[in-house]
Amino acid sequence: MLSESVKRELAAIVGPEHIKDDETTRVAHSYDATPMLQALPDAVVYPSCTDEVSRIMKVLSRHKIPVVSRGSGTNLAGGTVPVAGGVVMVMHRMNRILEMDLENLTAVVQPGLITRDFMAEVERHGLFYPPDPSSMAISTIGGNIAEGSGGLRGLKYGTTKDYVIGLEAVLASGEIIRTGGKLMKDVAGYDLTKLLVGSEGTLAIITEATLKLIPPPETKRTMLAMFRSLDDAARTVSKIIEARIIPATLEFMDNPTIRVVDGFAKLGLPHDMEAILLIEQDGDPAAVARDIERIADICRTERADRVEVAATPEEGQRLMTARRSALTALARLRPTTILEDATVPRSKIADMVREIGRIAAKYNVHIATFGHAGDGNLHPTATTDARDRDEIERVEAAFEEIFEAAIRLGGTITGEHGVGIVKAPFLEWKVGPAGIAVMRGIKQAFDPDNLLNPGKMFAKAARRRVVVQRG
Amino acid sequence: MNCMRCGFCLPACPTFRETGAEAESPRGRIALMKAVHDGVMAPADGFIEQMDHCLGCRACETACPADVKYGRLLEQARDAIEDAPGTRGLRARVLRRAIFRGVFPHPRRMRLLGGALKLYQRSGLARLARGSGAMRLLPSHLAEMERILPEAAGDGVAARIGPRLAARGGEPVAKVGLFRGCIMDILFTDTNVHTAELLAEAGFEVVIPDAQVCCGALHAHGGDMAAARDLARRNIRAFREAGVDYIVSNAGGCGALLVEYDHLLKDDPGLAEDAAWFAERVVDVAELLRRGRPLAFASPEPVRVTYQDSCHLRNVMKSSGAPRALIAGVDGVEFCEMAEADRCCGSAGIYNITQPEMSGAILAHKMEHANATGADVILTSNPGCLLQMKLGIERHGDPSRTKAAHVVDFLYERIKKA
Repeated sequence: MLSESVKRELAAIVGPEHIKDDETTRVAHSYDATPMLQALPDAVVYPSCTDEVSRIMKVLSRHKIPVVSRGSGTNLAGGTVPVAGGVVMVMHRMNRILEMDLENLTAVVQPGLITRDFMAEVERHGLFYPPDPSSMAISTIGGNIAEGSGGLRGLKYGTTKDYVIGLEAVLASGEIIRTGGKLMKDVAGYDLTKLLVGSEGTLAIITEATLKLIPPPETKRTMLAMFRSLDDAARTVSKIIEARIIPATLEFMDNPTIRVVDGFAKLGLPHDMEAILLIEQDGDPAAVARDIERIADICRTERADRVEVAATPEEGQRLMTARRSALTALARLRPTTILEDATVPRSKIADMVREIGRIAAKYNVHIATFGHAGDGNLHPTATTDARDRDEIERVEAAFEEIFEAAIRLGGTITGEHGVGIVKAPFLEWKVGPAGIAVMRGIKQAFDPDNLLNPGKMFAKAARRRVVVQRG
Repeated sequence: MNCMRCGFCLPACPTFRETGAEAESPRGRIALMKAVHDGVMAPADGFIEQMDHCLGCRACETACPADVKYGRLLEQARDAIEDAPGTRGLRARVLRRAIFRGVFPHPRRMRLLGGALKLYQRSGLARLARGSGAMRLLPSHLAEMERILPEAAGDGVAARIGPRLAARGGEPVAKVGLFRGCIMDILFTDTNVHTAELLAEAGFEVVIPDAQVCCGALHAHGGDMAAARDLARRNIRAFREAGVDYIVSNAGGCGALLVEYDHLLKDDPGLAEDAAWFAERVVDVAELLRRGRPLAFASPEPVRVTYQDSCHLRNVMKSSGAPRALIAGVDGVEFCEMAEADRCCGSAGIYNITQPEMSGAILAHKMEHANATGADVILTSNPGCLLQMKLGIERHGDPSRTKAAHVVDFLYERIKKA
């Protein structure tokens, strides 16, 4: 629990109504969207500006109190669960767009801004901010930056990392640093901007971001291709890219996923297909029509059972909405849903889907797979019940083997959800012991007292398994 | 309990939008309920406060992809709170019991209350009370409510039009039992009359079973499940005896509980079949009108109109298109959709009396959107919402320019007789 004197110091900075340590508030900030993980913080603080964040950090670092910065807590790897107690710093009050620069095509925003609200505002100015994580209706820009969030448009447009060109952040000591700026090119010193994106709140607290905006595509078309064979669908993904077509979205859903998503969104998706590809292309109308035509041809060549192009933008929207709720719609099957995001090079998608199937059968667990097949980022999702200890253990063992398979195929343990606490034991499999050592060194340089989101990213000990070298 | 804490419910929740506090969101409230259930937290003040702050609008259920039945969780939590000793002060308990159990379930007592209220309003006592400043003795929000209450009645719809209205214009389309409500029948008797008249015009035979009572919504939402079940049993019997094809409600708040009577009585095996019979026949008046013979409506002068969804009608009875279609079909009406019409107005049963601050904040935001439409009339499908809109016009609008009305009354005044 926070001592009275520290509480008073913090109250003096933010006002007594913005520092809370009552039981209700503490319970409400003891979780995020990660299943089976919960830990009570000592207090929750709601700063309203960078200066307050800086002064708060000075107090907390003096007393060596850990801090977990938080947006909306929709993290899936435990990144915002305060496992070491301390103070949760909620950034929601810092939610403004500070500037829209239509000459430089940039926006300067505060971290607590809801991503979709930002995108709507950008669109009102006739511009486009592509990174669209499925949580965007509630997740914040700051959260997206901390996790390096991806989204469905990652294949063609890149992810959050590609759009952050400047940051203002507060260090553990309370010092404020500014990185990058409204610059398309800047090689002055080490690239701290890119380092902080995806640093999961362990290196600094982001208080302001400069984001790059681009002109919007003229038009967009959506299509669906249905396959009786999982392998055919997975191979089609590779073939599309081989043909030098980069669609805006290339999403994959397997049969269990299709059934559940259709039950929720009521689209009349056929329940007897092994896999569905949801493909969107955007851009110049002639190019879009040509690309969609060519993609449809490839699908048919690769034995697609049915190919459907959405007739209207509304129909296209509905299809995409269904895909966006895949994760939580799967939660209807069983009480507990565990989602991972093992990612492989695109050419290995078919192999990865086969591996997941083999591993799920081996451990006798139920895993549905959907994801951003176009960039190799799949979301194997286990539906289970936390109360069944035996099954949970088998699920965890299955995921461990899935991570190993991903690395063996030249991939990674996490494409966009982050390491957090859930994947920390496996980080060494991906970056190797030398990589871990260097990363720990960087953490030490930024946060020698380990106050910023402790317990995340680096496990106490790596999982004991053979570290596979990429061949 | 399938909640996976994805947070999709947060943007839909009015109290989260007002406060930005996780604990004021459905995800937060579920986490609190779980904490109490697991023994991590005591069911004390902070917890009770949060359960009281929830509007019960159930917009979260509509937003939740994982199909969490938040409404049921809330009912259980409130039931447990009310049953636990020492959670409410003695005076509050006695008062609630006296009104909820002593008056609402008894139609004759309600009519007596209606008559007394009418006397107070008509006799100049009301004017005296306001003029003398006696109203200042009441909390301001109650004084405001007193001002906007419509004229009460001591007779009720059945006394005015009889227990049965024959179908007009040909063979009856179906036989409909009118659910007259308790507060509805003394404060909005005209609306009940108009409901019956419109349905008769649309070709329905309308009956008003005398043995019906209050729906029990206020009891269920306030945590007195036993009383709610008792009322449900009596209503089911009354309408079953009448042998109707539909049970029509003109109050979203009541209809929502009526349509879930089967769930309410799920532990009552003797009545399960009757409860299911009842629940599947419950329908809102707007929906039902669209199933009858088509009616034509025309407005004598052009009028701009907007519509505030009843949360219970929309999120529980899953009906939002029918009222809009009827309104937009009136000649001379320009229907202007208000932003966030699907967001709660803050009335929420008696919430605007028990949680005046939160209710007031929500209402202020609601009126911003309503005023932006420039509408002359704001229509609703529920008496609570209607009173709240009147309050909103008083506080944030121009009562000489803008009126609030029930959809049924608005339509009735504009019906084109063949």
